[in-house]
Amino acid sequence: MSKENSISGQKATTTDEFIKGLWRDNPVFVQVLGMCPVLAVSNTAENALAMGLATAFVLLMSNILVSLLRNFVPKQVRIASYILIIATFVTVTDYAIQAISVELYKSLGAFISLIVVNCLILSRAEAFASKNTVWKSILDALGMGVGFTFALFCLGAVREILGNGSIFNFVIFPEGFQNWIVMILPAGGFFTLAAWLLIINKIQTRKAKT
Amino acid sequence: MNTESLGTIFLNACLVNNFVLAYFLGICPFLGVSGKIGTASRMGGAVMFVMLISSMCAYGIHAGLVAINAPYLQLISYIVVIASTVQLVEMFIKKMSPTLFRSLGIFLPLITTNCAILGVALFQTNKGYGFLESVVYALGAGAGFTIALLLIAGLREQLDFADVPKISKGTALTLFIAGILSLCFMGFAGLGAQ
Repeated sequence: MSKENSISGQKATTTDEFIKGLWRDNPVFVQVLGMCPVLAVSNTAENALAMGLATAFVLLMSNILVSLLRNFVPKQVRIASYILIIATFVTVTDYAIQAISVELYKSLGAFISLIVVNCLILSRAEAFASKNTVWKSILDALGMGVGFTFALFCLGAVREILGNGSIFNFVIFPEGFQNWIVMILPAGGFFTLAAWLLIINKIQTRKAKT
Repeated sequence: MNTESLGTIFLNACLVNNFVLAYFLGICPFLGVSGKIGTASRMGGAVMFVMLISSMCAYGIHAGLVAINAPYLQLISYIVVIASTVQLVEMFIKKMSPTLFRSLGIFLPLITTNCAILGVALFQTNKGYGFLESVVYALGAGAGFTIALLLIAGLREQLDFADVPKISKGTALTLFIAGILSLCFMGFAGLGAQ
């Protein structure tokens, strides 16, 4: 029943369940899942962080529910029911963010609703939560959620520093700094993520050699 | 009600605000099935069809939900419609062309979680498009998605023979190409503006 599902296929202990999402199986950098929000709302560090936390919340709640229901949902309709569970929590998040900060809601736009179709959440529900206990699923969701938020923040911070000369709206570069406008534009998202992937690949190959 | 002409809506959705390269919607199939031109074009066709159907349904659903005053059901009902349309397309393709069915593989059911399709449904609702405008918008978005997919598939086929550094092989390289394509598409900005 509790078959380990990590990509590298190693037997994992409970803490590993949490750690693996942070680095070894990082959803963005290693599995390349849930790219759409990653690229779209990572133009400032603040947006990136908010998006990451919202996604992590939905991931956690849906993982818990899917894991609780794993013995009741018939196999044929499982994907449809997972999507319904996810859509419910996204609607909750959508209204919550609207209530907390209208400004943030406007800057994230339709991408909050689009958490529904984030492949990361569905893939965790299908590959992990539907086969594991609630406790393990919670750890898995927390690890993946934190890993996802971390990756989003990495992208958002780089793009905001280079494209806007600031971080969390604090200006850090002196007056004469020429902003790299391209980093704020859609193309900057592709370039930044590609650069991060290059760095990670480099680290991985170096590790493999030693 | 807005005053955009149908041609403007089409151009906007297809080129100026290309769904893949400007809105980052539908990146997963964009990275996943863009290896060969043949597969990419069929995938584009399938996505376009699902987009069109779900856009029409979304228009009807939205009208219905406004009538019964339950906007919080919007997201859930949209996704159900999309999931059933994908199921339909899947059965159809399986029957008509088993080869295509195999070559699309896992990405066919994954059209359900293609953000571009839900994106079209949500954006057309936000913009307050009428029925005809919604259909044109969906067609434009689908055409834009197919164009982007074909462009990158063509480039990637050529790159198979290129000698690139080992660490940049795979996703990183595709992302770099996508970035450059996205820069190119910015050249369309202003086209179709009033």
